[in-house]
Amino acid sequence: MITVICGKEKGGHRLKLKGKVHKYGANVDTDAIIPARYLNVSEPKELAKHCMEDIDKDFVKKAKSGDVIMATTNFGCGSSREHAPLAIKAAGISCVIARTFARIFFRNAINIGLPLFECAEAVDNTENGDVLEIDLSSGRIKNLTRKMEFAAKPYPDFMAELISANGLIEYTKRVLAERRI
Amino acid sequence: MSLAEKILSAHADRRKVSPGEFVSVRVDLVLANDITAPIAIREFRKIGVKKVFDPKRIVMVPDHFTPNKDIASAEQAKMMREFCYEQGVIHFEIGQMGIEHVLLPEQGLVLPGDVVIGADSHTCTYGALGAFATGMGSTDIAAAMATGYIWMKVPPTIKLVYHGSLGKWVGGKDLILYTIGKIGVDGALYSSMEFTGGAIDSLSMDGRFTMANMAIEAGAKAGIFRVDNKTQLYIKSRAERSYRVYEPDNDAEYTRIIDYDVSDIEPQVALPHSPANAKSISQLGDIEIDQALIGSCTNGRLEDLRLAAHILRGRKVHSRVRCIVIPGSQQVYLDALTAGLIEIFIRAGVAVSTPTCGPCLGGHMGVLASGERCVSTTNRNFVGRMGSPQSEVYLANPAVAAASAIAGKIISPDEL
Repeated sequence: MITVICGKEKGGHRLKLKGKVHKYGANVDTDAIIPARYLNVSEPKELAKHCMEDIDKDFVKKAKSGDVIMATTNFGCGSSREHAPLAIKAAGISCVIARTFARIFFRNAINIGLPLFECAEAVDNTENGDVLEIDLSSGRIKNLTRKMEFAAKPYPDFMAELISANGLIEYTKRVLAERRI
Repeated sequence: MSLAEKILSAHADRRKVSPGEFVSVRVDLVLANDITAPIAIREFRKIGVKKVFDPKRIVMVPDHFTPNKDIASAEQAKMMREFCYEQGVIHFEIGQMGIEHVLLPEQGLVLPGDVVIGADSHTCTYGALGAFATGMGSTDIAAAMATGYIWMKVPPTIKLVYHGSLGKWVGGKDLILYTIGKIGVDGALYSSMEFTGGAIDSLSMDGRFTMANMAIEAGAKAGIFRVDNKTQLYIKSRAERSYRVYEPDNDAEYTRIIDYDVSDIEPQVALPHSPANAKSISQLGDIEIDQALIGSCTNGRLEDLRLAAHILRGRKVHSRVRCIVIPGSQQVYLDALTAGLIEIFIRAGVAVSTPTCGPCLGGHMGVLASGERCVSTTNRNFVGRMGSPQSEVYLANPAVAAASAIAGKIISPDEL
């Protein structure tokens, strides 16, 4: 196991971010993240206008660049639509922290470069509106409001490799290049 | 090894795989639709290869917002169509298309032992044929279109054993709603569900498709059935390539084995806003409805339509209710027509539509207004799923949906 290295900036600098928490409960589904009625387009900026609309209609107004979405269990359940992590990312959200994620959402987020952290301790000790500081490379999560610190579950090696390749498309390019050698 | 592990190990050219392992798996079929294909095509172009790995193993189906509901949807369908023409990828145009998960098995494109990935979460439907089939996002589909391979984490398997024989109005939909009601929407998270037992043996292929279809609603990666005589009979006239039947080992390891005696279960209805809110129909009380929807990748097959027609024959849909029947494919539509079912529907006051996913995801052809309530044979009843965030969807089997359309409230067919 190695530590989380997602969200690395170009040049490999460690990336720390600070943002306010928008906290939700269990089983936030992809219809809640981006309702299907808006899926007649796939541009992330267009999708972002309707992010979380049906369960939190002011989310887009409230969310500031760098903010964090937090939820309890099974975040992103339902449809396979990649539009869901694309909408969250384009809404300015820097990462999502939950106890557990639905599996297709988890893959999609990693593939498109939206960092996710599984950290039950952080979820249990953070309230809506708290400010977090997150070290994307180590998975250390600081709750600045409550002066507490948590460690996210590390990614398995293979996923860390995918993330360090900057997502699945770049990883696939590399695999294809190796095949040609 | 479990059934899932058997299929994955064969496609990873490995003698054995274990849950939690990451493997690169050869795919037999790759699927996308009019909503997910545009992103997949965009990402595919970024990889820099000119051709897909094998155009005959990629299928694109315009089914979600088609026949095109608006200009933006038409543009997405057009982009997908042009890519298919350019690459020689299999494409079903309007007039030949069906709802993807009804269409692909019917066309013999999915066979036992296959690994299928689709940019649609209900790709798990093909588990009914003894295939390992799972939903993924568009970028995963792009990578698989370029390479013919996909990475997977081998899932642990939960074995579900259904004992007993099913009551009169109880079928695959009730078994899966009952199960999700017991284990929850994340009860099989990251896992493969293996469905077995006497009640499963007696279930029709259409009933098995319905069950496998909703494995994702329990968070599962796949929901798989063993191949038996019914499967072989279904495949016989359809298969145009060779396939292999896999069996789970006797000493397969399961994270859980769950036994249900389903002899006494009633038709199940999942209340808003979760498929896990399943209740026996006798516990519901009076719930008036505005719409009844019979169709979708869950319950849009011939057996479903037969059941609905059986109930609607010689009766009338309640004057306050819109009842919409959507055959899952052109073949289902034609078979229903030949069998006289369509006439029964129209005489009863049902609106019959060309195949589309349409209303299931609030697209078109039956979107709900605020305060409206629909009993639906579809698979999801999330907030806003079928239209207004203030609308409600109750999930049920086709017999219950048809009986409710007549009564104007949710009832068991026995109450008619």
